[in-house]
Amino acid sequence: MAYHSFLLEPISCHAWNKDRTQIALCPNNHDVHIYKKAGNSWTKTHELKEHNGQVTGIDWAPESNRIVTCGTDRNAYVWTLKGDVWKPTLVILRINRAARCVKWSPKENKFAVGSGSRLISVCYFEQENDWWVCKHIKKPIRSTILCLDWHPNNILLAAGSCDFKCRIFSAYIKEVEEKPAPTPWGSKMPFGEVMFESTGTAGWVHGVCFSDSGNRVAWASHDSTVAVAEGGKSAVVTSLTSETLPLLCVTFITENSLVAAGHDCYPALFVYDAGKGAITFGGKLDVPKQSAQKGMTARERFQNLDKKATSDTKEAVLESLHKNSISQISLLDGGKAKCTKFCTTGMDGGMAIWDVKPLESSVGELRLVWMGWGNIYSCLGSTSLCFDTLCA
Amino acid sequence: MSKNTVSDRFRKVDVDEYDENKFVDEEDGGENQLGPDEAEVDSLIRQYPSSSFLTLICKGNLMEALQAVLKNPPINTKNQNVKDRAEGLVLKVLSSFKASDIEKGVQSLDKNGVDLLMKYIYKGFERPSENSSAILLQWHEKALSAGGVGCIVRVLTARKTV
Repeated sequence: MAYHSFLLEPISCHAWNKDRTQIALCPNNHDVHIYKKAGNSWTKTHELKEHNGQVTGIDWAPESNRIVTCGTDRNAYVWTLKGDVWKPTLVILRINRAARCVKWSPKENKFAVGSGSRLISVCYFEQENDWWVCKHIKKPIRSTILCLDWHPNNILLAAGSCDFKCRIFSAYIKEVEEKPAPTPWGSKMPFGEVMFESTGTAGWVHGVCFSDSGNRVAWASHDSTVAVAEGGKSAVVTSLTSETLPLLCVTFITENSLVAAGHDCYPALFVYDAGKGAITFGGKLDVPKQSAQKGMTARERFQNLDKKATSDTKEAVLESLHKNSISQISLLDGGKAKCTKFCTTGMDGGMAIWDVKPLESSVGELRLVWMGWGNIYSCLGSTSLCFDTLCA
Repeated sequence: MSKNTVSDRFRKVDVDEYDENKFVDEEDGGENQLGPDEAEVDSLIRQYPSSSFLTLICKGNLMEALQAVLKNPPINTKNQNVKDRAEGLVLKVLSSFKASDIEKGVQSLDKNGVDLLMKYIYKGFERPSENSSAILLQWHEKALSAGGVGCIVRVLTARKTV
């Protein structure tokens, strides 16, 4: 794993370009900075200044190379690269509260913005007027939308909200696309139709993710649970209550395993077993180096007793790579089906790149067994995964 | 001065009640929830476990009492009396445990049981009586090692609690 500290303030949001050489991030202010990878370090190449409020969401479309940003100033901008300059185009979202998250659809002809106005704005480009137009999904959302993810069919949109529910909506825009084929989530998909609404978890839904096939959706909720729903006639929901602090972001790395991270400052692996209908905790993915235990002098012991009222030798220092909550995970290599690298950014202003390469070991550790066509079934014994350090 | 500044009754109007965007929790049929059965729990506290004569020394079948009192939690009911009665019963059972048995008691519960126990513990903290806080703190320590921080987070984020 590699860790790079960009700033001292939190990184509000980030997005990678197609070949992962550039990263756009918001340094907790009104701008977006684009950094380019130069050997082992990062140099700032562009500053996108247009928003009047903190930028809360960035997404970089890999094929069309457009960036969409949204902010607390209730606006969204679509940025296109003209020569060496990024030019913004304002998108009127018609919301009266801050925008919270934005995502390009898989075909990059639409994007969705979740906002505090209790609605989702689905925006598409209207050729005749040369203008981005938006449609609203309002019912039955009752609070802020915190996170969004698109289904691979470009129509369905999963949204996690502060009204404690994760829902799948249809965002079918007849002006830009054909009628969709039926999916396990349903066959009739008019715009704004609720295909699935979660039950069984309480707490704000901080992160939501479709699996690579789109047949499963996972969400992380503020009551320290992570849940997976499988589409079907009646969607089957399985959830796991964890013993850690709430998770803020979750993503599939194979069809059966999830990586999630949050206020505990380390990414954790979860494995979903559809046959048994259970999610199990796969282990912490951050294995800190064991620091040498120093003996304490009597003076240090007395000082500790005086300062902290305890002679405990354990230091109150976080051993994880990130020193503050992790707020966003993005996949770098391999996609949601076979991810080999992912990146996390957090409130400590740092970005870490994690390499996923489970090593087979003798005593029942993570084993990936291939069954059939690209169907990965992972089974877990103990709780450790080993990582190679990323050579930058 | 004009007439309409005489009365200040308008200051007592709760404007949030009239907000059409106000979030209303889903109604869940809670009328039939009566909380743990008092008679059953009482009998289990006083009951002698049916094994050997040595058990005359140890009083009561506390493990079963714990399981019984954590059944049927009055989560969805709006009746405050039911909730108070349930809390009182739980406190009675928790206080009758010996300090050394608390850990065993917590181990006998499943994940949901530990979450529920933590909810009752925090409810008990809200209204401390003479010795209740000390006992509850001992239970809290053991429940924390079983359920982790996530257990406490679930107490804090629960919309409907005991």
